Amino acid sequence: MLRAGLTMMAQGRSLVPGGALTLLFAGAAVLSLFWTPYEITSLDIANKIKAPTLAHPLGTDHFGRDILSMIMVGARTSIAVALVAVGIGMGVGVPLGLAAAARKGSLLDEVIMRGNDLVFAFPSLLIAIMITAVFGASAVNAIIAIGIFNIPVFARLTRSGALSLWTQDYVLAARVAGKGAARISAEHILPNVTNLLIVQGTIQFSLGILAEAGLSYVGLGAQPPTPSWGRMLADSQTMISLAPHMAIFPGMAILLTVLGLNLMGDGLRDLLDPRLRRTGR
Amino acid sequence: MLRYVIKKLVSLVVSLFVASVVIFLALEVVPGDPAASMLGVNAQEDTLAALREELGLNRGPAARYGNWVGGMLVGDFGTSYTYRTPVSEMIADRIWISLPLALLALSLSTLIAIPAGIWAASRRGSGVDLGVMGVTQLGVAIPNFWFAMLMVLVFAINLRWFSAGGFAGWESGFWPAIHSLTLPAIALALPQASILTRVMRSALLDTLGEDFIRTARAKGLSRAQALWRHALRNALIPVLTIIGLQFSFLIAGAIIIENVFFLPGLGRLVFQSISARDLIVVESVVMLLVCAVIIVNFVVDIAYAAVDPRLRRAR
Repeated sequence: MLRAGLTMMAQGRSLVPGGALTLLFAGAAVLSLFWTPYEITSLDIANKIKAPTLAHPLGTDHFGRDILSMIMVGARTSIAVALVAVGIGMGVGVPLGLAAAARKGSLLDEVIMRGNDLVFAFPSLLIAIMITAVFGASAVNAIIAIGIFNIPVFARLTRSGALSLWTQDYVLAARVAGKGAARISAEHILPNVTNLLIVQGTIQFSLGILAEAGLSYVGLGAQPPTPSWGRMLADSQTMISLAPHMAIFPGMAILLTVLGLNLMGDGLRDLLDPRLRRTGR
Repeated sequence: MLRYVIKKLVSLVVSLFVASVVIFLALEVVPGDPAASMLGVNAQEDTLAALREELGLNRGPAARYGNWVGGMLVGDFGTSYTYRTPVSEMIADRIWISLPLALLALSLSTLIAIPAGIWAASRRGSGVDLGVMGVTQLGVAIPNFWFAMLMVLVFAINLRWFSAGGFAGWESGFWPAIHSLTLPAIALALPQASILTRVMRSALLDTLGEDFIRTARAKGLSRAQALWRHALRNALIPVLTIIGLQFSFLIAGAIIIENVFFLPGLGRLVFQSISARDLIVVESVVMLLVCAVIIVNFVVDIAYAAVDPRLRRAR
């Protein structure tokens, strides 16, 4: 069983388990909009720090809140932050990358690429912490902080994908037909780098979930009463010997979501572009 | 080679300059008056004005930037608003926790990842390979601060092998100090070791598929000989890059991990200064860390060019 699972992961047949895990948490997040087992705002001090029971499958926290319900709503926070951050990265990074490739070697290309190098050289979490410190801790600032670091990732990826496409015959044909660089980028280049973007998007999404968890763990993410996985872990830390379940379940949620997204990314890469299939990297 | 070094040196200086401007500007737009937040709401107007004068808040941004950078070049990192001690002293105290922590984590991850990657690649498709890849898949997905908490639960609270946090201090001896850095270093090293293992494995597999390896095999070398004599050396290039890049992740990761273990290092200093709105400290420590990262990457670039002459012309 374990062996079979490992084989599947290693050989890249990971789309199905990865997709299933991802769907599970995405589904929990959507469901939490309409229904959760308990209200996450209802405090039940009489039932605080209860280990898992039938009534509370994942136990309760130090305010007597149901941990399953908190994790469901926390999924919403994590996914929303990571998704918008990927959106920012793609929205800004992809046009920059397309422009840099269309005018390869120009000043624009040079500026974009050097700017990218610089952002890569910064320890991203450190700068994210600085941004949230300056503008205050909130989910929105966490999104911006994580999103900024997605920009160079997508810009660089788009540029390198686009550069090889610009040498293709059909692009030459489009140029002969009189299409401008912007139109060629939009009509011929972009559709052909979409696969790359989807795969990278999945990876950045999972990194975004981890980054959000880290930021909210140190108190720089979503603020109370909005539940977030990172803060649930921070809250559990002082009670870890008394109530290990408070620390274990939110952490499992992060681990499984990130694992699911990573597996899905690997699977998508194999599915969408067999040429990219690497030896299990 | 000289041209290459000069080119990299210019880009190093430009990066440092741009980084310093970005950090300065970011903290420049901070809402609120540091003098007011230091003295509290009941401060007299003339005391406030005197403090603003002392902190140099009355001067223009350009003058303050010049002052800040000029000071750092001669080792003067300014004075903390809250502690009223030189920032350089605060850094000097704490760097002896953060730096050993990062180095310990880096050595741990390298010592685990390189053999594990070689092992997995040399037995491609075997149970060992699958096991290593499965573990690394978990290693990159686990939030390291959570892993740290679980280790505290198991090794500090249940087994009592380690203390749950705090730092013994170097004055208590080398081993007690290393002992208190062990769990934090493992937590920091885990994701890095996982990434590095995967890079090592796939770099080695890529190299093993190259023509010169086939030639070596045809010449009569065994698989193991070809791997150790020819493939490994070439495969180490991407691994070195990642080790260089990891330094920046270790620094960032240390900020959070130091908070899990209550280690009084640079990361905790940044945090405490953020909550105290002690911006001079934040500014200088962040700049110092960014400097460290940029310089490490510069050294890695130069080290490559020394090892691999092809890279001198490539860029």
